[in-house]
Formats: sequence, structure tokens, C-alpha cells
Amino acid sequence: MGKEEKKIIFKSVNDLPPMAMSLGTMWVNKTASWRNLRPIIDYDKCIDCMICWKYCPEPAIYLRDPDERVAIDYDYCKGCLICVEECPVDAIYTEEEGK
Amino acid sequence: MIEIRFHGRGGQGTVVASKILADALTREGKFIQAFPEFGVERRGAPVAAFARISDTKIWPRHKIYEPDHIVILDPTLIGAVPLLDGLKPGGWILVNTTKKPSQLGFPKEFKVATVDATHIALKYRLGSAASPIVNTAMVGAFARVIPVVKLETLLDAIEEGVPIKPKENRAAAEEAYNSVIMEG
Amino acid sequence: MKRMAIVGNHALSYGALLSRVQVIAAYPITPQTQVVELLSEMCADGTLKAEFVKVESEHSAMAAVMGASASGARAFTATSSQGLALMHEVLHWVTGARLPVVMGNINRAFGPPWSIWTEQTDSLSQRDTGWMQIYAQDNQEVLDSVILAYKVSEQVLLPTMVVLDAFFLSHTSEPVEIPDQEMVDEFLPPYENKYILNPDDPHAFGGLTNPEWYMELRYKIHKAHEEALQLIEKEGREFEKLFGRYYGLVDPYRVDDADTILVAVSTAASTARYAVDLLRERGKKVGLLRIRVFRPFPYERVKEILSGAKKVIVLDRNLSPGAGGIIASEVRGALANVKNHPPVFSYIMGLGGRDITTKNIMELFEEVEKMEEGKDIIWKGVKI
Ligand code: SF4
Ligand code: SF4
Repeated sequence: MGKEEKKIIFKSVNDLPPMAMSLGTMWVNKTASWRNLRPIIDYDKCIDCMICWKYCPEPAIYLRDPDERVAIDYDYCKGCLICVEECPVDAIYTEEEGK
Repeated sequence: MIEIRFHGRGGQGTVVASKILADALTREGKFIQAFPEFGVERRGAPVAAFARISDTKIWPRHKIYEPDHIVILDPTLIGAVPLLDGLKPGGWILVNTTKKPSQLGFPKEFKVATVDATHIALKYRLGSAASPIVNTAMVGAFARVIPVVKLETLLDAIEEGVPIKPKENRAAAEEAYNSVIMEG
Repeated sequence: MKRMAIVGNHALSYGALLSRVQVIAAYPITPQTQVVELLSEMCADGTLKAEFVKVESEHSAMAAVMGASASGARAFTATSSQGLALMHEVLHWVTGARLPVVMGNINRAFGPPWSIWTEQTDSLSQRDTGWMQIYAQDNQEVLDSVILAYKVSEQVLLPTMVVLDAFFLSHTSEPVEIPDQEMVDEFLPPYENKYILNPDDPHAFGGLTNPEWYMELRYKIHKAHEEALQLIEKEGREFEKLFGRYYGLVDPYRVDDADTILVAVSTAASTARYAVDLLRERGKKVGLLRIRVFRPFPYERVKEILSGAKKVIVLDRNLSPGAGGIIASEVRGALANVKNHPPVFSYIMGLGGRDITTKNIMELFEEVEKMEEGKDIIWKGVKI
């Protein structure tokens, strides 16, 4: 599925749909903007237990192609670092954003 | 507009009687409102139902306090509840009883009709021996005493409207129509 | 067309059947139960091809029809009194989500003390949920109003409540013309809404909205109500062309030369019409204004009709404790900006199903005849 950026600009009430819709869809609004620490998976340590996938409060951890190992979707990862906390083998480390 | 009040006991089919009447009059293109005394119904407790009948649209929507006629489905109600309250002089009192009209001792200003609907209901095995359902017999008698609807229309409404024993209910209504005794 | 004697509850069921509703979710409550019984029978025997969702409360019933409507289905429910109160939160949701759900509400007084009898406080206390509200005075109007409600609701994307009195309509059998399905189909096209849940075009609905835009969305709801004012009368005329019966926002009767006009809703208005005829026979210049649509409130119509009267009586079978009659406050509001407007006499009566008789209504006119200055609240029949 493609996730092309949709720009929605409202100037007046007449541009609005009847209810609040698309004003804040995840499709459009990538929620990663507030992340300041970036979790990174060390695949040499990772044992593929998928605990991080289970605990991630956003749907930000997925199985990547083609090796089906866990990967982080940085469009949506909000940097809560629950995955870092929960990983049983400390396979996820962090780096500061913007460095 | 004619206003009628029905008196019976919970379980005798008093409300269904007024509904059958509503169905029959509707078939003839007339106007009717049929409604129960609104409350919590209990088996054996005195209940009332009402009907307004007219050739044109009916506007008043409240209980009937001054009926033109009353119909008593259960003779044991006589003396137990104020049946004649508000009944207009010259109105009919139709009673399910084995007695003749003159034996009931109602005031002279009213006309009285009687029919042994219990006997008829038992004959056609409507309800049980302990609590026969007399409503169809009573509306049959009603159609004779207060001729607001053709017997044939009423019988069709009964046959198509009752949940069980349509033929028997039809026959009961017809027999009551033919056997009602009217005085006044 | 078939003419049948049916109770008001079944008139609601037939209205839903003929509107070809696709999803019904409801929870039984006296005096509404028959509505749901007949609809579930219709679904079971295939007369009505709809999904019947059994739920464990009215809150869930409204949530289920909301979901159904949001996914593009024509949805229906019915309730009464405490059940309606339990739906309250979701009623707001349905309006905010702009879903054209139609429901029946049988007016029943709130407990405690427990009551199963009629008064309008249950539906009127949902006044500010943004639902349109139609008050019927006979069983034919109940059936017809369901069809009309879908027609208008689906154009303006607002929900509608069709309201009827407990027992005086809900349990009263009377002749009702059941329109032919083909004619209803001609009048009411299938439900279409471009703002529905659609996996091929995903959107978030009703998400957090900043102060910057929330007010605009509320403004749009109000504008939709204003649009509905026009549409209700327009569709009423379309309906009349097909079925021969007209329903508008209000139902004035003998008001043209009336000195005193009584304002009422529901079956009390039906009785009042009879009372007006009796008083006219005695030479009294009296008239009746039945409010049929309470939301959107027909301020313009009310002003037009009442401005010319010398006195206005409002009969409220409801109570907003601490304020008084709910219809009366709307009527006073409508007249406030009219120069030299007539005095308003606000009567509270018939609460908890106490009978409102023809005689009672004639008494209102007789009492007001002797009064000069309007009264904010007059209690009729309270044993003081
Ligand atoms: S940091 Fe939080 S949001 Fe990002 S992947 Fe880890 S658990 Fe998910
Ligand atoms: S929790 Fe750690 S070890 Fe388990 S899958 Fe995630 S990164 Fe790999």
C-alpha cells in the first residue's frame, strides 16, 4: 500500500466535511514527529521472539520483507521506548534524533 | 360518534374483543379507536377497554367517561365495580349472563341485553372449562345490539384475527348474535 | 394500499418495514416492546430483509445502529423513557457523526416514582442532542413519519426521532393505510452517504478536533437543521402528491380569525382539535396550533401564526423543574422579538399519563378568557 502524502487545507467552514474526518487520519498525519530517541534493532542480538511487536502501543513494529524479521516503521514510531524496555535480550538500542 | 366501554377480567380477552371490533369496522371503511385501560394487567383482575366508533375521523384521545353503551363480559363484576358510571340514559348494557334482562335489576333508564356467552364459549371449547374465553361470543352479541357493523364482516374479522380455533370462534359469535335477548 | 387496524407501536414497525431498513438493534421496554416484537417476527419470516441485532442495553442498541449507519446501512431502533435516557451519550455521537439514524420513542414518564404512562419529558429532555424530533398525533402519522424521517434525514445527514404517546397511540388500535411498497420505493430511494466507513478509502472519523475547527462543525449541524426546516415542508408536499396526506412543521387549525390560540403537541393536540370545534359551535373564536416538529423548532411558522392572536395558551405535558413547560419556553422565545406580542399562558398538565380530556381543554380556554396578563406557569389539576 502506498502512503502518498495528502495535503488537506481548510480555509472556511464550507471546505469542511460534515463531520471531523480526515482532519487527523494516521494515513495523512505521520505520528512520528514527536520522537526524540530512535529505537534501533541490533539484528545480531535479536532472537525473533516478537515481544517488542506485542508491546508496541502503535502499530509501528512489523515483519519486514523478505526475511520476516521485526522492523520499526519510523513514520509512526513515537519513541516511547517500551520496546527497548521489554526486549529480553537488550537487542534494541537508541540514538538521539537529528544527530 | 359512539363511545363504548367494555368490562371484563384479565384473561377473558376483553382487549382482544375491542381489537376484533376495530378490525371489523376498519374493513367497512369506518373509523374506530380501540384501546385498553392502560395498566398492568393481572389474570382475574377487573379490566376495562374502550372503543370510539364513527363514520369520520375521530379526534378526542382520552379515556371514555360517559359511554353510550357498556359491555360486561363477566357477570361477577356486577356490584363489584362501578360499571354504570357515566353511562348515558338510553344506552345499552350488554351482559354475559344466564339471566334475562329483567332479572338483573338495572335502572329503568337503560336498555338491557343478555347473552349466555359462557355457555357458548364452553360449547365451542374456547379457553378452558375453568376460564372460558367469551370475547368472540360477546362481540357477536354486540353486533346485534349495537348495529355498527355487518355480521358477515365481523365474522370474517374474527376468523382471520383470532390466534386459534378460527371456525369455532366464528360459530360462537354467530350463535351469540342469534341468541342475544334484548329488552328496552 | 391496504387499510388495517393497528396499534401505534406496529405503525412504527410498518414504517420501518416500508422504509426497507437494513439493520435493527433494540432492547425491549414497556410500552415500546410491540415495536420490536413485530420487527423481529418480520425479520424471522423474511418479510423484512434486515439484520436484527440483539443487544443487552439501549446504550448498545444506539451504538449498534450508529455503527450500522456509519457503514452505509439504513438503521432503525425504538425505545422509551429510561431507555432513551440510557442512549443519551450515543445520541450526541450519532448527531456529531452526522448519521441519518431514525428511531421511534414512545413517550413515558421518568421514574422514580415508577410510571409507565405518557408524558413528553423523556424525548424533550433530549432536545439538545441535535436529533430532529417529530411528534405524531395518530397512528397513520406515526407510520408516514418514519418514511418521511428517512427521506429528510438522509439528505441533511441528521438523525430523527419519531415520537408517540404511550398507550394513547402505542396501544390504541385504529385504521391505518399501509402504503404500497412500490410507492414508498418511489418516494424513498436507497440510503447513500459518501461519508461512510470504507476500507478502500480509509479515514479517521470524529477524531480530536482543535478549538480552531470544532465550532465550525457545530455550526454545520445547526445549518443542517435550518435546511431541514425547508426540506420537511418540501418533502411533505412530495409525500402528499403520492399518498394524499400532508405533514408539515406545524398543523394550524381554525387559527385565521382566532382570538385565542392553544399550542399543543401529540394526542393532547388531537383532543384539543375536538375541543376547538365544540367551542367554535358556541361562538368562541379559538384555534389550535399543533407543533409537529419540535427540532428543528419552526420559529418562523410559530411567529406567523401566533402574532395575530390576542392570547396564546401553551399546553405542556412535560416539566423542566425549575423552569416550567418546555414547549412554552420555545413559544415565548419565538414571540420575544415580535412587537406587541400576545400574552402567553403556560399550563402544565397530564404528567405521568393523567388523562387530558376534551373538557379539561375547554376549561383552559374558559380560564384564560378571564385573565388579562400572561402567566409563566399554571398547574392544571394538581391536588393542592
Ligand atoms: S519506541 Fe515505542 S512506538 Fe517506537 S517501536 Fe518502540 S514501542 Fe513502538
Ligand atoms: S523483543 Fe528484542 S529480541 Fe524479541 S523480537 Fe523484538 S528486538 Fe528481537
